Amino acid sequence: MNLSRREQVTGRVFLIALIVVTLLPFVSMLSAALQPRGTVPNGLEWPSDPQWGNFADAFTAANMGALLRSSLLIVAGVVPVSVLIATMAGFGLGQLRVPGGRFVFGLFLLGLTLPFEAVVTPLYYQMQDLGLLNTRWAIILPLIGLYMPFAVFWMRAHFTNVPVELSEAARVDGSSTWQLFWRVQVPLARPAIASLTILMFLWTWNQFLLAIVLVDDATKRTMAGALGAFQGQWGTDLVLLCAGSLLILTPTLIVFLIFQRQFIKALIQGSVKG
Amino acid sequence: MTSALGSAPTGRDSRRARPIPTRAHRFRWARAAGTGWLYVLPALVMYAVFVLRPLALTLQYSLYNWNGIGVARWVGLENYLTVFTDSDLLKIIGNAIVLIVFFSFIPVALGLLVASMVRRITTGAFGTVVRTILFLPQVIPLVAAGIAWSWLLSSNGLINQVLRALGLGVVARAWLGDFDTALPAVGVIGAWVLLGLCTILLVTGMSKIDPALYEAARLDGAGPVREFLAVTLPSLRQEIGVCLTVTIIAALASFDIVYISTSGGPGLQTTVPGLEIYRLAFSQRQVGLASALAVVLMLLVLACVLPIQRLSRGEKP
Repeated sequence: MNLSRREQVTGRVFLIALIVVTLLPFVSMLSAALQPRGTVPNGLEWPSDPQWGNFADAFTAANMGALLRSSLLIVAGVVPVSVLIATMAGFGLGQLRVPGGRFVFGLFLLGLTLPFEAVVTPLYYQMQDLGLLNTRWAIILPLIGLYMPFAVFWMRAHFTNVPVELSEAARVDGSSTWQLFWRVQVPLARPAIASLTILMFLWTWNQFLLAIVLVDDATKRTMAGALGAFQGQWGTDLVLLCAGSLLILTPTLIVFLIFQRQFIKALIQGSVKG
Repeated sequence: MTSALGSAPTGRDSRRARPIPTRAHRFRWARAAGTGWLYVLPALVMYAVFVLRPLALTLQYSLYNWNGIGVARWVGLENYLTVFTDSDLLKIIGNAIVLIVFFSFIPVALGLLVASMVRRITTGAFGTVVRTILFLPQVIPLVAAGIAWSWLLSSNGLINQVLRALGLGVVARAWLGDFDTALPAVGVIGAWVLLGLCTILLVTGMSKIDPALYEAARLDGAGPVREFLAVTLPSLRQEIGVCLTVTIIAALASFDIVYISTSGGPGLQTTVPGLEIYRLAFSQRQVGLASALAVVLMLLVLACVLPIQRLSRGEKP
């Protein structure tokens, strides 16, 4: 009993230390963001007169309205399409077991560990040829393709575990493949689809490399890509930079806190499968 | 989409009857297979156009000397030879390997330590709060993590403030700007990002271990260390494999954090392959060399990840 009590205490101490380490960077940014503009802030120092107005300044300087809109447009372009076509492919490979499916699946697996840096150069020239450079399509289209290895892997894993008898029963009942997919399988796959949607949202919103390579205009990028440009512009104004960074990460934070349970589940499952 | 079995007669009774493999039936199934392909096709097309084709082009570019605009000149394996002999490029690949220690080994080792300490206290409301906070670095853009830590590690950032308060002011420095400390400092940022994820994955894995194993170990007189080595570690093989895979890829393919916190400097101290590919391709206009480096990076990732996958997927005790 005594031992387990000691374990409890040390465990808690460890956890609290870990939490402090995780949160300190954010707290330090907040304390810098509240200092008067033009001063040189110190690491962690609560200002005597917090300048909340800095956030308003950063909102304008970072062009937050346009950034939010741009990120939302990109997410709207990437996520529904990726999730839909990955679900269809997962259904085809895992449930219908199309002939040659094993080969195709192997082809998808090939891309599972691919660093985006490995394809970003040809993507640039490809987008140039298509005349899509500097448009949001230059981020949207490649991301859909780049997400396919994981997304198809994920959905196939789900559909492989659904008993084939279910599909057979539906067929005998006279439903077409599309009806079988849409009315029977998709509703059953809802948890897998939800997790995938969350991961795709997160990865799209935070995508940096494609955004800075393929789109010059920061207001047509993702939130993370725009943050890179913001840093280039305001890197010397630490107060504004911290305020802007906090603003830019707020939307993800809000979404995360609302769907916290689902996010964590998706992240755990996502890395275990990935 | 057309119906494959749309005309099949339906009825309460026929549902239970096993389908009889008539010729017509086989024909319908063949059509169903064709229809099945229509479901795979959209994903495959997007993947082929935006991943497989660029991948093939990277391989092709890597064999040419090309500035991205003019005529490309065939050079065979010359670019690869440069990657493996140029001292700068070798250093850059070396940097990525050093980062594996920080991005991968440290989070996994610390994660194991913390997870075995907190194994029993991550349930309930406290547990939820802990999980939520530990996942924050996974949720925010890496760029934001880079900015936060650039500030933390700067001359008058929190780290130096603490050092000065402890009377260690002599050690204080601009950690990311110092030749000796820049790479480890970048590594610390990566460790911070990945520690929470590893900890939670390992705790989740531990919660699945049969408590009887621990009781048996205790009865055999095992101390906490023996218990950890004999029970915890072997049972977590798969989870450790997952953590190593995710974090090693993050280390080798790192870009965002480095781009923001140091842009590769000072000198080449923190330049990583991802950053160098970007620089070679888009500033130096050496598309061929950039592509060869990209291929090498890809092979490096596979060389690290495949053995781990094989080991951790092996038989579980």
